[in-house]
This record gives sequence, C-alpha cells and structure tokens, in this order.
Amino acid sequence: MFRLIVLVFVSTSLFAADGKLLATPGVSQVEGSGGGGLVPWAQLAGYASQDEIAANAFCSQAQLSDFRLRSCGAQLNLYDRVELSVAQQNFRINALDTSIDQNIVGIKTRLYGDLVYSKWPMLSLGMQYKHLKDTAIADSLGAKDTSGVDWYLAASKLHLGAIAGYNLFWNVTARRTEANEMGILGFGGPNQDSRLQWEASTAIFFSRELALGIEYRQKPDNLGLKEDNWSDFFVAWLPNKSLSITAAWLDLGTIAGAKDQKGPYFSMTGYF
Amino acid sequence: MQAPQNTLYDKLGGEAGVDGIVSGLIKQIGQDKQIFHYFADANISRFRTHLTTHLCAITDGPCQYTGDSMTDIHTGMKITEKDFNHLVDLLINAMNLEGIPHRILNQLIAKLVPLRVSIIYI
Repeated sequence: MFRLIVLVFVSTSLFAADGKLLATPGVSQVEGSGGGGLVPWAQLAGYASQDEIAANAFCSQAQLSDFRLRSCGAQLNLYDRVELSVAQQNFRINALDTSIDQNIVGIKTRLYGDLVYSKWPMLSLGMQYKHLKDTAIADSLGAKDTSGVDWYLAASKLHLGAIAGYNLFWNVTARRTEANEMGILGFGGPNQDSRLQWEASTAIFFSRELALGIEYRQKPDNLGLKEDNWSDFFVAWLPNKSLSITAAWLDLGTIAGAKDQKGPYFSMTGYF
Repeated sequence: MQAPQNTLYDKLGGEAGVDGIVSGLIKQIGQDKQIFHYFADANISRFRTHLTTHLCAITDGPCQYTGDSMTDIHTGMKITEKDFNHLVDLLINAMNLEGIPHRILNQLIAKLVPLRVSIIYI
C-alpha cells in the first residue's frame, strides 16, 4: 500500500478528479471511510464532483502506550454520490508480541446537500462491514461475533468566514454498532451495551490548506472491560488536490484493560 | 486619515480592490483551458462592468446591480459543478494576487455561495 501511495505522489495529476474545492473532502478515517481520523464524515472521500470519479489511497498509524494501529486502504468516489472503501487494519499488542488483523469494506452514499453550498448540512448514510482475521483474543474476551456491520448517518457543514472570518467545519455522526474497540476485539459480548453511539468533529481552517480540529467518538462497553470513548486533536494539511497529511494526538482511554492509551497519529492520503 | 472599514467592500479595498480582483480574474480566465470556452463569445468589457458592480453590490458597497439575473445569464450554458468550483479557484487566485487576507476572502466567497444554485446545470 505504501508503494501505491508513493505512486500517487510521483505521478502527475493528469487523471486527477479536482472538481471540489480544496480541502472540502476531508481526509481518511481509520476504518477507511472519508472523514477525519476517527470519525466518518458526511463528505465522500476524494475530489470528484457530480461528473467525475476519484480514487484515493491512504495509510495511517497510531502509536499508543501499549499498542500500535496501522491502517491502509483506498476509496473510490463515484460521481460524488457513492463512496466505496476498503481498509486493512493491523493492531499490534506490544506485551504479547502479537497482532490482530481486521479487514473492512465500506459504502457511503450522499443523501442530501453539499458541504459548502447547500443551505442545510450535507447528509450521508454509510455502512462498514468488518471482518476480524485474528479471532483468538476476541473469543477469549467473550465477544459474540468475529464480524459485524456498522451503520452510520453523518451530517457535515462548512461555514465560510464564520469565526472571525475563518471557515468553521463541523460533523455529527450517529453510528449503530456492536464493535468492541472498532472490531479489533470482536463484536457484542456479555455486557451488551447500547448499539447507538454518537461521534462528532469540528475544525477551524486557518488557511485554505491548514485545519486544526478535535474529534470525539462514543463507544459501547459490550465486553465489560471499561472500554472508553475516543478523542483526538488534529492538524490537517491539504496543500493541493493530490495530497493530505494529518497529524493528531489520540486519547483512546482504556483498551482491553490497559489504561491511558495515548499517543501520536499520522496519516497520509493521496488523491488520483 | 483612513476611512473607516465597515463594509466587506471596504475590506476588499473599495473600488480599487474590487477592480483589481475582477481584472485578475479576467486575466486568469483568459489563460484557462478548462473554462475559457464559456467566455469565448462574451463581451469582456460588459462582463467586467457587470461583475464589478455585482461584487460591489453584494459586499454592501455603494452600487446597485442592474444587470440580468444570474439565471438569465447562465441558462443554456450547462455549467458543471466542477467548472463552477474551478471558477471559484480562479477567483481565490485573483484575490490572493491582490493581497486580500484569508479571512476577508472567505467572507466574499460566503456571499457568492447562494448564487450557485442559479448558475450550474441550467
């Protein structure tokens, strides 16, 4: 996947879709969907307008106190109506010298609006099918399933010049999920919690290319392991319509009983 | 003494500022492969006058736009979303060249946002 991204960087933008305004598609989310880092947003990934197709590839890495998450994937944006995504996650557990792999395929469709131009917020409906490849740890913790489907409804809006002339972005996502730690620890469990979870992001653009923001992602505690909600601070740099780079500081709380999982996050997306 | 900068028109540099932005935009369009064809048959001096007045009017400057409606002007041109956004990109380039600050630039784009519906795909 890194090779693919390098290819994107060295290739000229001859075939690139560039029909959206700079930075408006957002970046790539760890489950592969267009979004922020942790939260899927209403925008479809990539710069395709209603008359274009866009393809993007990304890789992200989070280095936490006791774990490391890598996620690489790609999205296809069809006419800014449908987004198809794939992601491969590798979750390394330092103490056990082992890792858990999960594959995710996603689809998102734009139901209404445009991030910038429509009167009401843009609205999209999405689905993520998650399949755990390494199931032993999920099974041993009491997870009910080793694959699952998340559904989400996301609303986003960019308000131009809203805060002292700076552009303000916000997104709210409602997700129906049974995933434990995003699916890395399986789906469902003995302590089955609410399936409906809320997620939100907001950011200010200090220039056309540079955004600073925060994200919050509510999570269920189906395994009774005091699974925490996630949050992050991020800075995203989108210098042109071929590249975005995101750096963040994550606070993922307790994961599988290990407390205070915090650390840096880096992500890169290349846009064809 | 400088005049108080109350309106967005003033913040854009008043008459000189808006003239500079419009001239810059026309220059960019003239060199642009993607959207020049929409303007190939246009009367440039008429376009310049009307755009200047329109920008003055929507930024609360001392002008009244009396030209044709956005719908009348653009009907039949079948302007795509992509090409519309490209024009916005060129306008942003023109404002950058004119030295318009980011925060002021955003406010002008915000004023233009509601016009899109009467410009594209008609």
